[in-house]
Amino acid sequence: MKLVVLIKQIPNTSNVRIDPKTGNLVREGVTSIMNPEDRHALEAALSIKDHFNAVVDVISMGPPQAIEVICEGLAMGADKGILLTDRAFAGADTWATSTALGNAIRKNGPFDLILAGRQAIDGDTAQIGPQIAEFLGIPQITCVSALELSDGKVVANRIIENGCERIETPLPALVTCLASLNEPRYPTVGRILDSVLESTPIEIWNAADIGVKAQEVGLAGSLTQVLKTFTPKGGRETQYLEGTPSDIASGIVQFFVDRQVRLGE
Amino acid sequence: MSILIQQDRCNGCGLCARSCPYQALEMLDKKATWLEDRCTLCGACLESCKVGALSGEIPTREAPDFREYRGVWVFVERQGSGFHRSAFELLGCARGLADFLGEDVSSIMLGADSDDKGFNELISRGADQCIAVNHPALGQYRTCSYTHALTHLVLKHRPSILLIPATTIGRDLAPRLARRLKLGLTADCTRLAIDPQERVLLQTRPAFGGNIMATIVTRYSRPQTATVRPGVMKPLDIDSTRKGVIVFEDVNLPDSVDVTKILECVMNIESATNLSEAGIIVAGGRPICSEQGMSVLKEFAEAIGAEVACTRVVVEEGFMSTDRQVGQTGQTVRPEIYFACGISGAVQHRAGMDGSRYIVAINRDPDAPIFEIADVAVVADIYQILPILTRTIKDYKGLSITC
Ligand SMILES: Cc1cc2nc3c(=O)[nH]c(=O)nc-3n(C[C@H](O)[C@H](O)[C@H](O)COP(=O)(O)OP(=O)(O)OC[C@H]3O[C@@H](n4cnc5c(N)ncnc54)[C@H](O)[C@@H]3O)c2cc1C
Ligand SMILES: Cc1cc2nc3c(=O)[nH]c(=O)nc-3n(C[C@H](O)[C@H](O)[C@H](O)COP(=O)(O)OP(=O)(O)OC[C@H]3O[C@@H](n4cnc5c(N)ncnc54)[C@H](O)[C@@H]3O)c2cc1C
Repeated sequence: MKLVVLIKQIPNTSNVRIDPKTGNLVREGVTSIMNPEDRHALEAALSIKDHFNAVVDVISMGPPQAIEVICEGLAMGADKGILLTDRAFAGADTWATSTALGNAIRKNGPFDLILAGRQAIDGDTAQIGPQIAEFLGIPQITCVSALELSDGKVVANRIIENGCERIETPLPALVTCLASLNEPRYPTVGRILDSVLESTPIEIWNAADIGVKAQEVGLAGSLTQVLKTFTPKGGRETQYLEGTPSDIASGIVQFFVDRQVRLGE
Repeated sequence: MSILIQQDRCNGCGLCARSCPYQALEMLDKKATWLEDRCTLCGACLESCKVGALSGEIPTREAPDFREYRGVWVFVERQGSGFHRSAFELLGCARGLADFLGEDVSSIMLGADSDDKGFNELISRGADQCIAVNHPALGQYRTCSYTHALTHLVLKHRPSILLIPATTIGRDLAPRLARRLKLGLTADCTRLAIDPQERVLLQTRPAFGGNIMATIVTRYSRPQTATVRPGVMKPLDIDSTRKGVIVFEDVNLPDSVDVTKILECVMNIESATNLSEAGIIVAGGRPICSEQGMSVLKEFAEAIGAEVACTRVVVEEGFMSTDRQVGQTGQTVRPEIYFACGISGAVQHRAGMDGSRYIVAINRDPDAPIFEIADVAVVADIYQILPILTRTIKDYKGLSITC
């Protein structure tokens, strides 16, 4: 069985900065981590591997330093890593990102299940999973909180508003994972050391390697353009409310009336 | 769209091969050779040749003419026999956009047995046209069936704008549809407007857990498609004098379109709380760990139409289930309003809620760290504030008109 896990390297949320010219996030000099839900997706794949005869590949698209999350994935137990890195991939929207990742998955060969996080906490769109499933023409189950594989099928619990669905779909398929799915394992020391060796099974691919044109990916291949980015407000300006409890209560209501935020259904 | 090398001019210097990031130019017998397979048409080689042996055309991109795309569409989500609250919110927003553009608003409803009563409600809330598809396979939401039906409608009617609620259904459907129709898609918008000059949709959304806002346009595809965060846009008041037309469409939907099966659907169970979709969250910390505390908190939440949530302490004390825990090891939420009641504001808790649009903190300790990230700070006992706040909200709702 072949499992593919999509992992994204993201800047640590507390110190984001924006390039005023391109409107893109400045990633240089910012500490980076593996997107939290992707860790759960990887754990789900690894626990399938614990029970079945499975191979787990991790794929990430990003700048060269994204090799760090690939190494982390290998240290947790993945068998192979693929890093998509190329200047041509930069500035991609989700259309162009799913084009690149989709082509890379295709080039990597047949698979049974693709696991992704539901949402990356930087871009925050939750669009990559479904877009890749559509690109590959396979069924998807998003927002998965429980997962079982058996006889060429996957059965998953999908969290929906006010409830939960149990969905069954034949393989190959794609699932997007929630944090409630599992408790990710820690990388072992031996594997951490192995993951930085010369012989580590990491492949590095560019646009030509996955057979796409420069105009199909990155900023040039994107269908949406970021016109501007701005900080909602310079941090939060704390307004202290004082007085009797009923003064305070009216103050709170007034605060939201002034800002046209609806209270209640 | 190719790279041409004039062999008679090439002097074999190799500059072009070195300029290529993809090894798509190679020196063979002292002449440059183009390897089409590896070429991404990036154009890096074009300036490299000093003897004019290499030329090429790199495709440029022009925004196509989209004038024939007209109309603002809202995909309305059903809930039981009625509608999800987002349906009226999106119609209200669509109405404003359509009036500005001089176009119509259409509601799009997929289902197994939609009836007229529903349509009248949609019309009274702003729709000029209700497009509906009734098909047995559309009774329950399934990704590929809905994508198939919606694709058919969009290709047939060519709207200029398509709004989809950013609910769990909408965020499952929209990206699938966008990829199929080659559409740009903006996620989870909290503001939509029309640019008066270019007449394109300005789609504003929070990213990075609300630390950054981005305004996005879709210049290269139509309809301009966005998911819209529930609880943000304002619905119009019901106006039963509004007129509209109802159109039933047929869609060919063979079983093979969707291979997924819904085995079971459990609604409203504690373990399936979806805090991430909540518009308002009322969260309690350690001091609500009592029967009285829980009931004060819940009454307030009910009055204001909120979900309740908590810190890890409350889960550990057994007063709420894990799926209501907000924070690093719980859920990440970003509602419009987050009420932190008796919560100290530990970093692990803040990690799950600091992206909220507005934070109201009520804590009797003036030095509690939660106040650092609060928009509204109340230094007081929650037991003195919450019951009165509950009453104020109830009174206010009695009077309120549009807010
Ligand atoms: C401020 C801002 C706003 C943006 N808004 C939009 C928008 O509205 N629409 C749009 O199309 N684009 C948008 N983008 C661009 C978008 O963030 C990028 O395309 C990004 O590469 C993928 O989107 P995401 O981070 O939202 O991923 P999500 O769709 O949230 O990610 C879901 C999962 O997909 C996988 N995944 C995602 N990216 C990668 C990767 N690079 N490598 C490996 N796995 C990955 C991971 O498993 C991840 O958990 C925006 C970017 C910024 C900076
Ligand atoms: C690895 C790790 C992961 C963690 N993950 C999470 C997580 O996901 N989510 C989470 O919430 N925590 C998490 N924690 C725990 C976190 O560190 C805090 O201990 C916890 O958030 C504190 O909860 P609290 O604010 O309810 O309690 P306390 O810190 O005890 O604060 C109670 C507050 O209530 C105020 N107060 C008391 N009585 C009243 C009253 N009558 N009126 C008004 N104010 C009153 C006090 O002044 C105080 O500020 C994690 C910790 C670790 C180490």
